[in-house]
This record gives sequence, C-alpha cells and structure tokens, in this order.
Amino acid sequence: MMWVLLWTDALVFALVAVIVTFVLYARKHEHMRAPWREVVRGRIAVAALVVLMTYTVTGLLDSVHFRKALPMQDGQQEVQYAGDVVSLLDGLLGDLATQVEKTYSAPFATTLYTRETVIAEDGTQQRIFPRLKYGGAHLADPVSERVGDIALRSLRALGEALLIILLLYALLSAWLGRRWNTGSAAAALRMLRGETDVPWRTALVTLFVFVFLAALIVNLASVWHVFGTDKVGKDVLYQTIKSIRTGLVIGTLTTLVMLPFAVFLGMMAGYFRGWVDDVIQYLYTTLNSIPGVLLIAASVLMMQVYMDTHPELFETMEERADLRLLFLCLILGITSWTGLCRLLRGETLKLRELEYVQAADAFGVAKATILMRHLLPNLMHLVLIAVVIDFSGLVLAEAVLSYVGVGVDATTMSWGNMINRARLEMAREPMVWWSLLAAFSFMFMLVLAANLFADAVRDAFDPRLRAQR
Amino acid sequence: MPEMRAPEPLSNPLNPVARWILFILAGVVLAACNDQPWNSPYPPDQAGANILYSSFNARPKHLDPAQSYSANEAVFTGQIYEPPLQYHFLKRPYQLEPLTVTEMPRPYYLDAEGRRLADDTAVEDIAFSVYDISIRPGIRYQPHPAFARDGQGEYAYHRLDAAALDDVENLDDFPLSGSRELIAADYVYQVKRLAHPRLHSPIFGLMADYIAGLKDYAVTLREADKALPEARVLDLNQYPLSGAQVLDRYRYRITVRGKYPQFQYWLAMPFFAPVPWEADVFYSQPGMKERNISLDWYPVGTGPYMLTVNNPNRQMVLERNPNFHGERYPDSGEAGDAEAGYLDDAGRELPFIDKVIYSLEKEAIPTWNKFLQGYYDASGISSDSFDQAIQVGGGGDISLTPDLKARGVHLNTAVSTSVYYMGFNMLDPVVGGDSERARLLRRAIAIAMDYEEYISIFANGRGIPAQSPLPPEIFGFREGQAGINNYVYAWTERGPQRKPIAEARRLLAEAGYPDGRDIKTGKPLVLYLDATGGGPDDSARQNWIRKQFDKLDIQLQIRNTDYNRFQDKMLKGRAQIFQWGWNADYPDPENFLFLLYGKNIKFKHNGENAANYKNPEYDRLFEQMKNMENGPQRQQIIDRMIEILRHDAPWVFGFHPKQFVLYHAWYFNAKSNLMANNTLKYRRIDPQLREQRRHEWNQPVLWPLGLVALLLVLMVVPAVVSYRRHENRRVQTVQS
Amino acid sequence: MFAYIIRRTLYAIPILIGVNMITFVLFFVVNSPDDVARMNLGMKHVTPEAIEKWKADHGYDQPLLYNADAPGVERLTDTIFFEKSVKLFAFEFGSSDAGRDIGADISERMWPSLAIAVPTLLLGLLVHVSFAMLLAFFRGTYLDLSGVILCVVLMSISGLFYIIAGQYLFSKLFHLVPVSGYEPGWQAWRFVLLPVLIGVFSGLGASGRWYRTIFLEEINRDYVRTARAKGLPELRLLFRHVLKNAMVPILTGVVVILPLLFMGSLIMESFFGIPGLGSYTIEAIQKQDFAIVRAMVFLGSVLYIIGLLLTDLSYTLVDPRIRLS
Repeated sequence: MMWVLLWTDALVFALVAVIVTFVLYARKHEHMRAPWREVVRGRIAVAALVVLMTYTVTGLLDSVHFRKALPMQDGQQEVQYAGDVVSLLDGLLGDLATQVEKTYSAPFATTLYTRETVIAEDGTQQRIFPRLKYGGAHLADPVSERVGDIALRSLRALGEALLIILLLYALLSAWLGRRWNTGSAAAALRMLRGETDVPWRTALVTLFVFVFLAALIVNLASVWHVFGTDKVGKDVLYQTIKSIRTGLVIGTLTTLVMLPFAVFLGMMAGYFRGWVDDVIQYLYTTLNSIPGVLLIAASVLMMQVYMDTHPELFETMEERADLRLLFLCLILGITSWTGLCRLLRGETLKLRELEYVQAADAFGVAKATILMRHLLPNLMHLVLIAVVIDFSGLVLAEAVLSYVGVGVDATTMSWGNMINRARLEMAREPMVWWSLLAAFSFMFMLVLAANLFADAVRDAFDPRLRAQR
Repeated sequence: MPEMRAPEPLSNPLNPVARWILFILAGVVLAACNDQPWNSPYPPDQAGANILYSSFNARPKHLDPAQSYSANEAVFTGQIYEPPLQYHFLKRPYQLEPLTVTEMPRPYYLDAEGRRLADDTAVEDIAFSVYDISIRPGIRYQPHPAFARDGQGEYAYHRLDAAALDDVENLDDFPLSGSRELIAADYVYQVKRLAHPRLHSPIFGLMADYIAGLKDYAVTLREADKALPEARVLDLNQYPLSGAQVLDRYRYRITVRGKYPQFQYWLAMPFFAPVPWEADVFYSQPGMKERNISLDWYPVGTGPYMLTVNNPNRQMVLERNPNFHGERYPDSGEAGDAEAGYLDDAGRELPFIDKVIYSLEKEAIPTWNKFLQGYYDASGISSDSFDQAIQVGGGGDISLTPDLKARGVHLNTAVSTSVYYMGFNMLDPVVGGDSERARLLRRAIAIAMDYEEYISIFANGRGIPAQSPLPPEIFGFREGQAGINNYVYAWTERGPQRKPIAEARRLLAEAGYPDGRDIKTGKPLVLYLDATGGGPDDSARQNWIRKQFDKLDIQLQIRNTDYNRFQDKMLKGRAQIFQWGWNADYPDPENFLFLLYGKNIKFKHNGENAANYKNPEYDRLFEQMKNMENGPQRQQIIDRMIEILRHDAPWVFGFHPKQFVLYHAWYFNAKSNLMANNTLKYRRIDPQLREQRRHEWNQPVLWPLGLVALLLVLMVVPAVVSYRRHENRRVQTVQS
Repeated sequence: MFAYIIRRTLYAIPILIGVNMITFVLFFVVNSPDDVARMNLGMKHVTPEAIEKWKADHGYDQPLLYNADAPGVERLTDTIFFEKSVKLFAFEFGSSDAGRDIGADISERMWPSLAIAVPTLLLGLLVHVSFAMLLAFFRGTYLDLSGVILCVVLMSISGLFYIIAGQYLFSKLFHLVPVSGYEPGWQAWRFVLLPVLIGVFSGLGASGRWYRTIFLEEINRDYVRTARAKGLPELRLLFRHVLKNAMVPILTGVVVILPLLFMGSLIMESFFGIPGLGSYTIEAIQKQDFAIVRAMVFLGSVLYIIGLLLTDLSYTLVDPRIRLS
C-alpha cells in the first residue's frame, strides 16, 4: 500500500489541526468557553452538531488516500502500485464502487430500468427488463422475496444500531457519573429524563438515527442499490457518500484560504488607516466590483488551461481533479474574502479608539503586538460567525457553479455534478428521480444542519444579540 | 406627530396576500380569454397560419456562402442560396440533378498546353478539367435594398453616408428594395470571393489546390486590398481569375486542375452559389457592420425562401421569396416512396410553407417538451427522451411508443453518412507505430470497446457499429458477412458477433502486457484518452470508456481539455487516444478514405488524418481509387484498402449514428435526405389539424392552483384566529 | 453633495482600470489570441494563415501589454490591452469575437432581463416583507417558530432545485405556462410569470428571516414600547411605525443591487430560455468570447459602483444627520 497525500487532504488535515489547537486554546480561556457552552446547551444546536460531526467523519475517512500494491510478478524488481487512488472510506464501503450495472436501475430494483432485447433460448428475440448483476442478485425469486429480504435486513440494522447506541449510552453514563460524582446509574437516569445541561439525550437520539442509517447501508447496500444506479450503472448511494467530502472541502477550505487575507488586510486597513487603508480598500472594491461568477469562470478556465498544458504534473486523474477542487476553493476564497475584510476593517476602526489600545499605543508597544494581542482576539467572534455562516452558502454555490460549467472536475463526485446530470434524467419518461433525490437529501441535511448550527453560534457569540435577549 | 387619517384603515394583514391571489386569478382570466392554450409560446395572431416552427441551438456564425460550412448554417443557407446543382429529394443512392442550370455539366479535359483530350485519357495526362455551366434565364433574386433604384435609376443605397444610417437598425429600415435577374457573372463572382482577403473561406485552402489560378488570385487580391484605403471595397470584377470565367450572360466556365470527379459535388454546396456584386457594395458601406448588417446576417439569394428576421438572441424567420422562379415537386422517387405518401404532392408548385420560425433553444429538454406539446413540428430525439418516444419491438424492429402513436407522431430513420471513431495517434510510442506489439494492443482495445453497448446506452440503439470507415449508402460499403471486420468480429448466423474479451486479453498478453502489466517491469499499462468537454453527459461517456479498458486491466487516464487545446494537441501530435467523428461532405468513398491518407496527416500538416496514419500501400491505392468511376474495379481496391486498415487498426471503428426524426401528423413529405440541405421547400403542413391537436394536448391542469390558494388560506387562518383572540384579550385586559 | 458625486466618480476610474486589467490578464492567460481565432474559424480546414488573417482583422495581432517595437508612448498604446480597453470607458463595446456588435446586443437583451428582475424584486419585497411582518406580529408563538423553521428549510434547498421542480410541475405537468422562451411586448408576461414566482419563492427563506430580525429589532425599541403602552393597536403600530422604520435598512440594502438588475439572472435565464444579459454572459463564457465577457465585466463593475454611490446617497436622504464628505 502506498499512502497518497492529495493537496486537499493535506489542507483538510491542517484544518483539523487548527481546529484542535483552537479547541485546546479555548478550553483554557473562560471568556471563550462560555459562549461555546451556551451553544451546546441548545437542543437543535446539538442535533445539528451531531449531524455535522457525522458528515465530517465521513469526509475525513474519505481524505485518507492510498494506492494498493499490485501482486508481484515473476522477475519483478520493485513493487508496482495500482493507478487508481482509493480512500479509507472506499475500503469501508467495500464493493459498492465496483458493483456496476449496465445502466439505470431504480432504488431496490432487481431489474434494469430500461428494456433490452435479449435472445431467448428458443432463438426468438424478446424485449424484457433484464435482471441486475448485483442488485438483489442473491434472491432466486425477487418478486416474492424482495420485501421480506429488505425488511429482514432493516431489522437487523435496527438491532445493530440499538446495540451500538446502548453501548455508547452506557459508556457515556459511566463517564458522566464519574464527572458528576453521582454514579453511572444516576447519570443515565438524568440523561434519560433530559435533565442535563448539555442535551445528551438529543445527541444520542440524533446519533442513533445516523448509526441506524449507517447500519442500513452496511446491511442493505451490499446486495441492493439503495438509491438505484446512474446512466452507466454506478451506484448512486456510493456517489452521494463520496460527494460529502467535496461539499465539506469546498465549504471549509474556501474559508480557510480566505481567512488570512481577510483578517490581516482588514485589520491593517482599520488600524493603520492612511495610504494602507486606501490601497486595501482599492483592492477589495476592485475585486468586489467584478461580478463573482465571471471572475470565477475566468479563473477556472485559466486553471484548466494550465492543467492541460502541464499534464506531466499529475500522475493520476484523481490528483488532477483534486487540484482543480483546490483551485476552485482558492478562487471562491478570493471572490468572497472582501465582505469579511470590510467588516473587520470597520470593527478595527472602532476598536482602535478604545482606551486600552490607545494606551498600548502610547506606551510604545510594537504595532504587530497590538494587532495580535489586543485587536485580533476581539475580532475572533466576528471571524467565527462569518465562517459558519459562509459554509452553507458555499456548499450550495458548488451546485450552481457546476451547472455553469465552472465547478469541480466532471470526474469528481459532487452533489452539483449529480444535480446537473439529474436535469437530463428528469426529462426521461418514466422519470429517473433517484439521483436528484439522493443528492438533494444529502445536501439538504448538511446545509440545514450547518444553518441551524450557524444560528446557534451567532446567537452565542454576537454580543449585540446577546444583549437583546 | 400629526395623525394622518387613512381612508381605509389597514386593518387586514391578509391584504397583500389577497391582492396577490387576485393578481394570479386576473392573469388566469386574461389567459383564458385568448383563443389558444395557456402554455403556447407563440403570439395569438399566429394561430392557424401556414407557419412551420423549428428551433436553433446556437446562432449560425456565417450565412455568407463563402464562409458558411456548419450544419446549423446550412439549415438556412440551403433554403436561400441556389448553387448550380442539387441532390434529388427522393432518389437513393444520392443523385445530383440540375437546380439553376439547364443540364448537368460534364467536364472535358485539357493537357498542360490547353489541348483538348479524349474523355478516357489516363489521369496522369490530364492537366485541367473544364466545366462549362449554363444557367437558366429568368431567375430573379429576392427583393433586397442592395438592388433598389431611386427615381433616376441609380442605386438608391450604394453611397450612404453615416447620417443616412442613423435611423437604421436592421434591413427592414430601408424603405426601397429591388431585384434583378440572376446572371452567370454572379456565380463567377462568388468563386472569386472564396479568395477574398477579408473573408475567411474554410474551403479556400482546398479549392486553391484545384481551381486553376485561385492561389495566385488570393495573392493578387491581398496586394490590391492593402493598397486600398480601409473604407473602400475591393471590386473583384476588376481582377480576372483564370479558373472561373464568364462566357456570356448565362454561361460560365470553371477550370479545375487535374481530374477531380468529386468537384461536381461541390457544385451542389452553397460555396458555389451566386452572390450579386451589389450585395458586397451595399454591405461594405461604413456603419453597416456596426449595425450587424452584413451578408453574414442578411443573405441575398434566389432560393424559395428569404431570411426576413435574424435576431440570434431570439428567433430567425424564413419567409417565402416572392420572386422565386418556381419549381415542382418531383414525380418519381425510389421504391416505396409512393406508399409512404412522398409522391402525393408530385408535380405541385413548391414551396408549400409560407413562413418558418426558428426559435432559439439552448436546452434539449424544453425543446423536447415543446415538441410533445405540439409547439414544434419535428424533433430529433435526445438520448434521454428516447424511451419516451421509441420502443424496440420483439423482432428488434423500431416503433413508436403507444403514447406517441396515439398522438399521430411519425418516425423517420436513416443511417447518417458519418462515422464516429476512436483513433490512436500513430506517432505515439506506446499505442502507435508499425510494430507488431502496438498493433496487437490496438486490436485488443478494438475488441474490448463494446460499441454495441455504447450505442444501446448512449444512443439508445440509434446507430450501427462500424466495420470500416465507410457508412452504408456510400459506394464501397459491403453488407453482411463480406463486410465484417474479421479482427474484431466473428460471423454467426445471427450476424456479426464481437469476439470474446478473452481473445482480447490473449492479444494483450501476446503484445507483452499480460493482465495489463508490462511483462518485464510489472508496471501497469496506463493509457491516455485525450478528450474534450466536461459536461454531465461527457463524464458518463468517459466513465463508460474507462469501464471498457478495465476489462483488459488497462488503466485509462482521461485528459480533458477544451476544443482549442485539443486541436492544438492533435496538431502537435501529442495526443495518444482520441475520439473523433467525420460527417461526409459528399457521398463518395474518397471523402472517408482520405481521412487515413498519408499526405493528409494532422501532425504539422494540419490535414484531416488525425491518427497520423501512413501506409505506403494504402496511399498508393488511395491515389488510384480517388479518380475512378464507381464500379467493380473500384470496389476491389476499396476492399483491399479497408483490409489494410483493419489489419493495422489505427482506428477503432466506432459506429455510424442513425438519425431519428419524429414529426407530427400534420407534417408531410418528411423523408430525410442527409445530403441535401434545401429540403424545406418540399415540406408541407396542415395548420388546422395542428391547431386542433394543440388544444387537445394542452388543457391546463387547474387543481394545483386551487391547492396553492388553499395552502395560503390554511397558513393565514390560524394567524387571523390567533390575532382575534389576542386583540380580545388585550381589550379585556384594558377593560379590567 | 455634487462635489462628493464628482469625487466618487473619479475614484471609480482606477477601480475600473484595475477591473479591466484583471479580466484581461485572466482571459489572455486562458486563451492566446490564436485560440480565440481558431474558436471562431470553425472546425474544418483551418490553416495557420487563416488564423493570422483573423487576428489581424480583429485587432489581435499586436502584443498583449507592452509593445517593445514601437516608439515612445506607443509602446503602451499599440497593444491589445490599450486598444480594447480604452474604448470601454466611452461605452463603446465594439464587436464580439464572433463578429456581432456588443452594444446593440446589450441594449436589446437588457429588456428581457429587466422584465424578470424588476418584478422579482418588487414582488419579492412585497411578499417577503409581508411574510416577515406576519412572523414579527406573531413573535414568540408557534406560528413564528414554524415560520422561522420554514425559512431555514427553504434556505437550505439549492436554488437549482426550485427551478427544476417549478419548471417540471407548472410547465410540463400542468400546462399552465410555456416551457421556455420569450416574446417581447405584453405577451412577455406568460414567459416571465414562472421565473418571477420561482425567484420570489426561492428568496423567501433568506429574506424572510432577515427582515424578521429587522422588524424584531425595531419592535423592541423604546418608542414602540411607549406607543404600545399608550394603547395604540398592535397592527397600526406595526404598519405605521415599525414598517416605516424597518424599511430604511431593507431599502438601503436593495439600492445597492438596483443597478445590477440589468445584468439579469444567470441561471434563471438560461433555464427558461430568456434572451437576457444573464444568458448572454453564460453563453459568452461557454464560447469563450472574450470581447463579450470583458464588456459584461466592465458593465457589471460600473453598475456596482453606481450602486455603492446610490447607497451612500440614499443614506443621506433617509437620515439627514449623515453628511457626505
């Protein structure tokens, strides 16, 4: 096995590192802990957080890439590796990627969606719906056995999910019992009644839903196409799950890329004023006044040309698609940092008039220190709010960009690409609706959770709102 | 603050919503008043008119006959311009017949000194072929301001100044128009225009090799053009061209270098249609170009139709040319035409349809939906709506779905004269070259590429797998067992059967890549497909191709680029595997086999031989075959050439697409003719029937509107109730 | 005030130069003039001579940014950049690479764009404000809560989905409006109706929620409480005072996008086949017609700057205490 670190992987892990550091830092500072504590007290916020975590874990699993080694041949000197890059998630999903049918099939179907001419044994041609190669192939008589098989497998999934959740519940009770010094039984009871500060019950219920879904996938997807197959017979569920990473990467890396610019330029403009302010204002007004889609389109086309002229830089298609994804994040970042920058500039203008900043200035504290020590911490809540609010917008933007033709690479699995393809499928008769439904529901769940979470974060961190309540 | 008294206190929070519902209802009532279906995309006054509705998906770039080459331009140019010859509408195989000429021109041959040679002279001795063409008198141009004369008999619009154009936005803004008779000089003028320095005729390069003196003529014109000031136009009549000369008012002569029997096919294309010099003078006046008034936008011709509206943002309209010289519907065709009703109109005056409105349609799906609703009269079928339209019957025969049959829709199929193929760059070190290893690899891939499946998934069976570059209906094509590619197919009683994948793997092992890995190093074999396009359908196609290579355990990497880069890559010979297609210019095997002729290679020479294939024997045979008349001898040579190609496998012969056209019951004479592009004049429609059907098919479904209204009410009712309760409580608290 | 407008206009010039520079660099890194030429010459039989000729005819035969061969100032002026950019400032867009006059196209395609954008904006304001007021009026009740949840749900649905679903239901299944297309004049309403409704509906989530916050902020102010304490009916209060004051931030938020309405909606127009500026831009991107894209970018930037100026002015109109300096 050869580990492969794609560019976005590296950045994703860097982001994880940043978040972990931030959490560790925040733990030590009460003024940062307090609002977070408030966030996790809301039931909706906790449910949303669990959803987000589930997506994140899936995305992280999908970010550990490697190439499998090929078996050694006679007289071969070095180990050779397969050309396609797979991720840990692929390993977990097992055969989902390789169980390819000929063309469309509906969710839980045992036959193709279209008729085909086959030659029967007596030599005559017939138009029938042929059986699928994988979907429900284990059944001898699909008509009578299908419902029973699905129900049985679902039941098993339910059992497994319950088991896992009960186990978690027990572990959690033990831990909380020790923390509260009440003993695990009392802690378990408190959780069950919903009397805890952090709504653990909600968290567990939400988690249960996801564990159940995961168990369903494990039990059903190995023999059924849960969301059907697409035009070339690929499993739609697999594509939808693989799209999670794309959505997350665009939602998070974009902000990560834009943050340093927005924060430092905004602070500098607000703090130094004068010509620095003029230059920075000029910069962001200029960028801002170019219609976003046009700027993105132009940049994406440019990048594509670069890739086309330098094919030697990419060993595999995955690397190529990955770089395109990264560039897309960069470009989206460049077009979207201006808003935050302006906001921070305004806030810094206000902050620099505050007494303690003025005092620090008077004492001759180095400007860099003032920026880092006194201004930055007081701006962090704005940055945080902007980041969570932007997230859902970016996930949605990906779909639109794919429609315009300047989104992620066509080979990258993404909800945008799926929705884009679904437009053609909607026109078929009978309609092929499952790709759209799958992409839509996965995307909707993520965006909804992100929106709800963003609301909670904003409520907790925005002092203005807090004062109002 | 002084209280202003509102005449009606705004006490009802529903007001905006209620007003909104009223607005919708008003709209509904308004629509119901019109005597046409609500969803009709056409203005009400067009109901029942003899108008054909069609669509275009990208605006035609050039309607100037010297520049126009694309199929979407031919839709228009074919109806407007009349070259000397045309294809017979009904007869097959395709056959040329006179259009504006009195008889079919037959060339005579000259040697280098200009001496007349016998018709059966050997090809090597022929220096020139001469075509004397005589046109019919009395043909007149469509009305056009370029011909308009003022009271003094001078051209009214040939010396306009900038001020005169102030109120002009399009061609209709010129009040006067005129016409004149078509003369031989107009044809010669157009041949000269092919070399015009300010035009970019796509066939100039090709024709410069054939038409005597055209190459030098272009140089002369370029020099002359440089000497002229920017605003002046080049008067082509001042510069004689040896290869195209006016003999008298109705006769002209074209001299072609060597023997080139295919030249007659070019005479049926708009490149050789007449252009009056008045048009050039008129359009090149200053200020015209800024208003998009040019020959590219407003063509001038003698054909049955003229372009009256050209708004590439919305629609283009062809209307009957009042000066049309008249033509009659053919009274004979091929066998079966009479039964199909194609001869019902025999002998009737053409054209039948008064007006054709082409609307801009960017997306395939709305276009298809509008066809189903009866707003387009004919439609091609995109692969995604195929199942809705077509079912393949028990015996593999193709018929319409019951739904469409019930609507009276008809289906026309024809195998198009094109070929889609997957080419190998013969300059590539891995897949290219003459080595046995590469040849075996190519053949293995040829077996693995299951084009039968491709056709069934992506074209819904609309195509036949290609056995050679030649499509059916082209001379040289062989049917049945004699015509199959023995390297890829085996013949069974059920027809050609693709060889099993095991055979391909065996070939691959023989080539030194057992299980897709280099036998020496164990390195997996990675090949590259150079492709264009990143649309949703493209990526499905590319996934499919990867699947085919997977069968051989070959890893296929796809290098997507835009069309420009792709062209560039091809020109520089840097591509490895690519997909391409060719659509015939004319129905002659030469037009396909030259795609692999060694002197046509793409690399550096920018020829059409994209695979850069070069085989001395093939080239020799090609040169021999090129100038022959169709016959057993030619067939024999073609057979040999195809055998060479199959052996070397520079292409995986993909498939010949089948063209399926659906048309409604009110559409007549719909026979497809893939060579002719002036077929509009033969078509006929029944507007009354269409009007009736449109009404039947487009009854609006009203209950969703009611449902929406109900939902709104449901949303608002609790609000009102709770408001009432709230106010009451307030009143009570105030009172208490 | 007049001086302020003049100064802001002057300030716009360097911004526009910057904008031009960025688009120019982007597009010529993407596409060498050779590519543009090949794109426009079609597919069959393209020779290098034809490309050279095309470039010369369309003014692409000069160096991009710096002409080392020319004397003096002409080193900067005899370049593609200078030739093609300077005219933009006089709003002379020239002809597209495909040979059609851009100015004429823009002035024609502007109307369909406006036919969609203006009703969407007005109707949207009406519906969204009414909806937000409804929620604000019932603040704290189950109605408010379900309204807010509805908003978040609507916000979380991709805009594409509204369009796909709307078109499928109302055009294809119910035969209520034409599938796509456009007709100038009064007939346009039949084509515009569905896009406008979809536009309004898809904006309901975000705007409704935002306006609700504004209303709530206003309702919590002291003067409202005082008025309520005096016994002013809640509805009168809401319409007379709260609405009036809340409209200030709402309208100033709208002003900045007013000029941009000309640019049309990219997605909506191409789905419904509306021949507006939005679909014009998308087509230009897809065909890589640099001249059109440059013109549209320039136009967009100008309109944006006008929008900023209008916003500043509207602030002074609304609140006389703010002085422009």
